[in-house]
Amino acid sequence: MKENRKNPGKQFLITALILLFCGLLAGVLSSLTYVLPDFLKESLGLSKLRPLHVSSVMFWIILGATGSVYSGLWMLSKKPISILISKIQLILWIIALVGVFYSYFTEDFGGREYWEFNPIWALPILVSWILFLVNFVLAVRKTGKWPVYVWMWLTGIIFFLFIFIENYLWIFPYFREHFVTDMTIQWKVNGSIVGALNQMLYGTAFYLMDRINKNESKIGYSKLAFGMYFLGLTNLMFNWGHHIYTLPTESYIRYVAYFISMTEWFFFVKIIYDWKKSLVEMKSNYSYFPYRFLMATDFWVFINMGQALLMSIPVINIYTHGTHVTVAHAMGTTIGINSMILFAAAFMFLIPKDEQTVQPNKLLNYSFWIVQLSLLVLFVSLDVSGILKGIWQLDPDQCSFGEMMESLRTWFIVLGISGSILMLCFFVFIIHLLKKAFSVK
Amino acid sequence: MKIKVRHIFSLLCLAFLMFSLSIYVYPLKKLKAQEFNKVSAVEGRLVWQKYNCQCCHQLYGLGGYLGPDLTNEYSKFQGNEDILKALFKGGMKQMPAFNLSKTEENFLIEFLKQTDASGNANPRNYSIHKNGMIEQNERK
Repeated sequence: MKENRKNPGKQFLITALILLFCGLLAGVLSSLTYVLPDFLKESLGLSKLRPLHVSSVMFWIILGATGSVYSGLWMLSKKPISILISKIQLILWIIALVGVFYSYFTEDFGGREYWEFNPIWALPILVSWILFLVNFVLAVRKTGKWPVYVWMWLTGIIFFLFIFIENYLWIFPYFREHFVTDMTIQWKVNGSIVGALNQMLYGTAFYLMDRINKNESKIGYSKLAFGMYFLGLTNLMFNWGHHIYTLPTESYIRYVAYFISMTEWFFFVKIIYDWKKSLVEMKSNYSYFPYRFLMATDFWVFINMGQALLMSIPVINIYTHGTHVTVAHAMGTTIGINSMILFAAAFMFLIPKDEQTVQPNKLLNYSFWIVQLSLLVLFVSLDVSGILKGIWQLDPDQCSFGEMMESLRTWFIVLGISGSILMLCFFVFIIHLLKKAFSVK
Repeated sequence: MKIKVRHIFSLLCLAFLMFSLSIYVYPLKKLKAQEFNKVSAVEGRLVWQKYNCQCCHQLYGLGGYLGPDLTNEYSKFQGNEDILKALFKGGMKQMPAFNLSKTEENFLIEFLKQTDASGNANPRNYSIHKNGMIEQNERK
């Protein structure tokens, strides 16, 4: 067994947890601007808070995924990971993060939605990612038969790199000349990049399940696992078009997305099919935190995939597009799926095995359940306000936009309260994990 | 098994690259170029990003949720640029007053003309096909 102390993934996971702390705080403050229009308007305002929230949370997922992949590789690979490369990679990330936050606080915007910072700060991220790819390939190239999660990690890293470069094509005027083409590429990027990160995160979930089952399961090499991987990869590549059904693009783009999106029914049916088996497994591993977070992931995959499948049908999408239903979907996936997998990984990799169980700590146990419940309330409040806005959008005698927003106030208050509770409970986990990570000798 | 996985992976990657290239090189929608100055509109997109308009506003339902969709804002005010300029400078409710230069104002207006010329983003302006697909109606 390798020394966990030297695991290069730990620093990435710690940085990611700190970013989540910032992202949650900015998220709750952002939600307050919906209810209190003058709140922080002159100092921070939504134009700074939203990018602060979105970028911090996005970087939590990106760096968390990086840390999880490194940690998994650290345990798996016979070939050592270059600590030097991983350190340069982390330093580049820290330079980028300082730049991004400076950019937001000084209102030096210039980027696109989700990447609003001055594009210069994308450069250290790009170089850092290339180093990640090099380090990964060096570590796995002479490993024999790859389990499915190594394929998923590699896929995630390669596609993130490609899509990240594509994300900045707008710098060239050629790509901005045709507004519809430009928007198509922008949402191709936003859709596919999520798929690339999901490859890294679902790969981590596969790896964790393998470890929890003490490497006895053969799932990592099964034909079904590879079939699911290819289905996920196809969706990463072609299903992003469901974001732009309303955009007057060429119809083949929309039809490809519509067709490919519908293949996700296979995942959905499989979750229902495996439900009973999961319940039996859950009873035996209930007290073990990494497993419990993975079980929560399963629940949120079910909820979110159900909603996403409906939203991928254009005739339904027209009602939900541009409303808070989309935000509910984004929150459900980033918190319910991505963050749950990352917390499972953080418990597995940051703290000793004998401290990963629930019993010694009632606060963590309660926090876990309150997180699930408050996320559900938050999800419902966004869905309801989205549906109400959808009805308004299609009403020929609609009132003004301001009046419609005012009518949603109650739901925005519910959103703010559930978001605040969610933030406090996540803080409990973040502080616990950071304390343990720094105390491990 | 390893070889097979590699082959399928490579094939899918090739298909993805072809698909991506077809989007980069094919002019998806010919906009009515005479309705706006293309060079200024291209710069206007950068002004939109510089002032982070996307944080609160949407184009074709994509963007922030605090303010209204601005795809057809130019038509909404019958092309009255003075009203648009007053909105940029004055702000309202949560929207702060922006200190745009004259050039930036003009670029942003050309960009809004460009978005307006691209189509109609009103969800009521779509037809539904039998297979569930939606299609934007031609503008009158």
